[in-house]
Amino acid sequence: MNIDIQAEAIIPRRQTFSHIARRFGVDKPASRYEEATFDVQPTANFHYRPTYAPEFELYDPRRTKIAMADWYVFRDPRQFYYATYNINRAAMQQSFDDAVNFVEKRDLIGSVAREWRDRVAGYLLPLRHVEWGANMNCQLIADWGYGTQITSAAAFCGADRLGLGQVISRIGLVLGDGSDEELVAAKQRWMEAAEWQPLRRLVEDMLVVRDWFEVYVAQLVVLDGLLYPLVTDAFDRAGAAHNGAPIAMLTGFLTDWYADNSRWVDAVVKAAAAESEGNRAVLNGWLDTWGARAADALAPIAGQVLGDMGPAAIAEARAQLSDRLQKLGLSFAKELAA
Amino acid sequence: MVARKLSLKQKYGHFTRGMDWEPSYQAKEDIFPFASYEGIKIHDWDAWEDPFKLTMDAYWKFQAEKERKLYAVIDSMAQNNGQLGITDARYLNAVKLFIQGVTPLEYQAHRHFAHLARHLPGAGLRVAAQMQSIDELRHCQTQIHTISHYNKFFDGIHDFAHMHDRLWYLSVPKSFFDDATSAGPFEFLTAISFSFEYVLTNLLFVPFMSGAAYNGDMATVTFGFSAQSDESRHMTLGLEAIRFILEQDEANVPIVQRWIDKWFWRGYRLLSLVGMMMDYMLPKKVMSWAEAWESYYEEAGGALFADLARYGIREPKYADVAKAEKGHLTHQAWTIFYNYTHAAAIHTWDVDDQHLAWLREKYPETFEQIYQPRYLKWREQAAEGKRFYNNGLPQLCQVCQIPMVFTEVGDPDTISFRVSEHEGDKYHTCSDGCRDIFDHEPVKYAQAWLPVHQIFQGNCGGATLPEVLDWYHINQGADNMDYAGSPEEAQWDKWMEGRRPPLAVAAE
Amino acid sequence: MSRPVSITLQSSQDGIAIADAIMADNPEATRNAFPAMIKIDAPGRLTIKGDTVSELLGREWDPQEIHMSVVSLSGSVDEDDGSFTLFWR
Repeated sequence: MNIDIQAEAIIPRRQTFSHIARRFGVDKPASRYEEATFDVQPTANFHYRPTYAPEFELYDPRRTKIAMADWYVFRDPRQFYYATYNINRAAMQQSFDDAVNFVEKRDLIGSVAREWRDRVAGYLLPLRHVEWGANMNCQLIADWGYGTQITSAAAFCGADRLGLGQVISRIGLVLGDGSDEELVAAKQRWMEAAEWQPLRRLVEDMLVVRDWFEVYVAQLVVLDGLLYPLVTDAFDRAGAAHNGAPIAMLTGFLTDWYADNSRWVDAVVKAAAAESEGNRAVLNGWLDTWGARAADALAPIAGQVLGDMGPAAIAEARAQLSDRLQKLGLSFAKELAA
Repeated sequence: MVARKLSLKQKYGHFTRGMDWEPSYQAKEDIFPFASYEGIKIHDWDAWEDPFKLTMDAYWKFQAEKERKLYAVIDSMAQNNGQLGITDARYLNAVKLFIQGVTPLEYQAHRHFAHLARHLPGAGLRVAAQMQSIDELRHCQTQIHTISHYNKFFDGIHDFAHMHDRLWYLSVPKSFFDDATSAGPFEFLTAISFSFEYVLTNLLFVPFMSGAAYNGDMATVTFGFSAQSDESRHMTLGLEAIRFILEQDEANVPIVQRWIDKWFWRGYRLLSLVGMMMDYMLPKKVMSWAEAWESYYEEAGGALFADLARYGIREPKYADVAKAEKGHLTHQAWTIFYNYTHAAAIHTWDVDDQHLAWLREKYPETFEQIYQPRYLKWREQAAEGKRFYNNGLPQLCQVCQIPMVFTEVGDPDTISFRVSEHEGDKYHTCSDGCRDIFDHEPVKYAQAWLPVHQIFQGNCGGATLPEVLDWYHINQGADNMDYAGSPEEAQWDKWMEGRRPPLAVAAE
Repeated sequence: MSRPVSITLQSSQDGIAIADAIMADNPEATRNAFPAMIKIDAPGRLTIKGDTVSELLGREWDPQEIHMSVVSLSGSVDEDDGSFTLFWR
């Protein structure tokens, strides 16, 4: 016998918002991601020019050399809107907190070779300042970018950078046995040590770039694209010989974050490149310029950590990034110019 | 994990401003190019004390939890057709006003707090601003998601962003926020963080959220409560930021005072739409606009400005006008919408006897003498099949962009009308408050995209009303016109068959 | 009488426990119920102690969890180890 629950005929008169139906070509249900991003940003009829930049409108696609017919092709493969973003990151954070608890309870840091522990503090902790710069760059993209898709994802990425800086800082407290000694020392290195100045200079130079898409490329494609594999892969592997596994447990957040963020970055870059020959030329130009600078800036740090193996690690990172970019329709000089 | 030797304050310092540094390779003015052009002097950014010490781990955790709870309610409301539980379909016009007028402002706030998060030199303030930036995105997106279900059944919601950028009454909120985002970072902090999110916030929150609660809109209430905990951070930023700016240099005081005057007035004018919503659109009323203004501005604001007096700040100019207008404001606003509901994406309707009685009780000095007669006249005309629609276009105030309907204080027979000249042209404003704003920055306000001017200039789809409505994307005969006879009314009556009798629409 | 500070909390499980803790730790505070909310006023200053709330809830409660329950507040905010304070400068 069937149980047939009579539902009242409360029939929707439409399935989604008109601006979304226009994009679909038909009125059908939209996902939460689509509703939260498509066409939310204003595009017309602004009332006043910014008093701080009167040559632009309040939202202006001309703030970059990159040209798009439709700024809503930058679909985030993770489909982050606020709720899903926070839920995702809360889970990642929980993993980190668990790792810290595990390592601290068993005093596992104590089992890492002192020399390696110091070396990790040496290269990892100043990177929280690089993250601080990355945070500012993401805020610039969220501010001057065009279209809700790319700017909302950039805002989430900005929050990620602050979170990453804080994760690294907490690792610094662990390495300092609860005191801030290591963090203070790391800041001094960032400000004064010779091997860190090229990177600090690079970070400061990025902070005066006014084309937000160039900032996107310099930070999210190039610098992250070289730095993260170097740190979470090459440097990390070197720690295995020194019983560095407990530290690797703590840096897992960085590895997981980079893999996740790369999905978004790849999608954005691919879409921008696919748009036009003009965009490809601009993007390739930025990749070459910032690629060379980033490799140069990271070389002395790689040298400190890996000694003679430093240059090879840099070359490997560049080759990997080049392969990745080729798949996205872009090129990146594999070899540094002589 | 708790560091054994560091206090919460010390840790938080390392987790935020400790990551910042004084640049050597680029000049600070080049990294922060907008920090001084407004004339505000900050001598010591480090003097900023972070009230909340929220790190990203806690942010993600708390906000994820709030979102889980909120979306459970949104899902449930959609699954169970929660719209059947509202008092009356006319309530939805408050929701329409919200998504058309307020949700896009949340988006603008999101973007512009990112601007502050990048361009304010102080590290602590940048952190607070960036959290607010994604908080505002949260509000925008959760509002869209909540109201998405209503969109399936009710009109006026379906093209909210397009309409926000074009419709005549929506240029009131749009120009309000454009004014703030086109200003410098310190004016924005004063305008939005202080004036809007601290001084006037309850006059936006209480009407809409309590209105939702009283009228059975559980989803909006839940959104409201969920957002309020974010608002506590925002209002704290506003209060502390204004103090910080005033304490840094005496020269800042007159600049900030001017901004407080301006943004009090622009905010007050913007809120006339909210007041109208409170007094006219809620089948079950929370309180009158006059009561809300007395409670949330006159009493609370009085205490606040008494406190700020130590810095040399006085109460905003024309606060006395706002007080004097409170018996008139909402009735004049409703009058505008009744006149032009054929060109709006919300419904209006004739006021029934029960509602008239409430209005007489709440507005004993003004309503019966001045406003009730016109409502009775309109009701009569509607009963004869000649429901009044105004076929002309109204003159808009150059600054607040509201149609020029407000009257002189003490003289309800005279429209309040001011004229300024700028480069050989005349500009019209609705009040001393708006005129002062214009006169201080005429180049800025002369730029405004006034909807009525634009229609006359042929920039809005054509020379006839149907063409303009098409350009607005108004579904004619559904989004606009009187509630009586609307598809929404028919739908509601059908739903309510067997559930409960519909509320009386007009007098017997 | 010094200027009142106030906090308005949701009438949730946590909110009620926080309100109870505030009343226990702040003798001059007054409490009023509103639909779905609890409002507490106190002259000049009000402190929420993590330990007190933890005791009442039967679990570890960090004062930063206030973000889950607060509706509105009036006063300057100071977060410190184990406590959350509202005050006027």
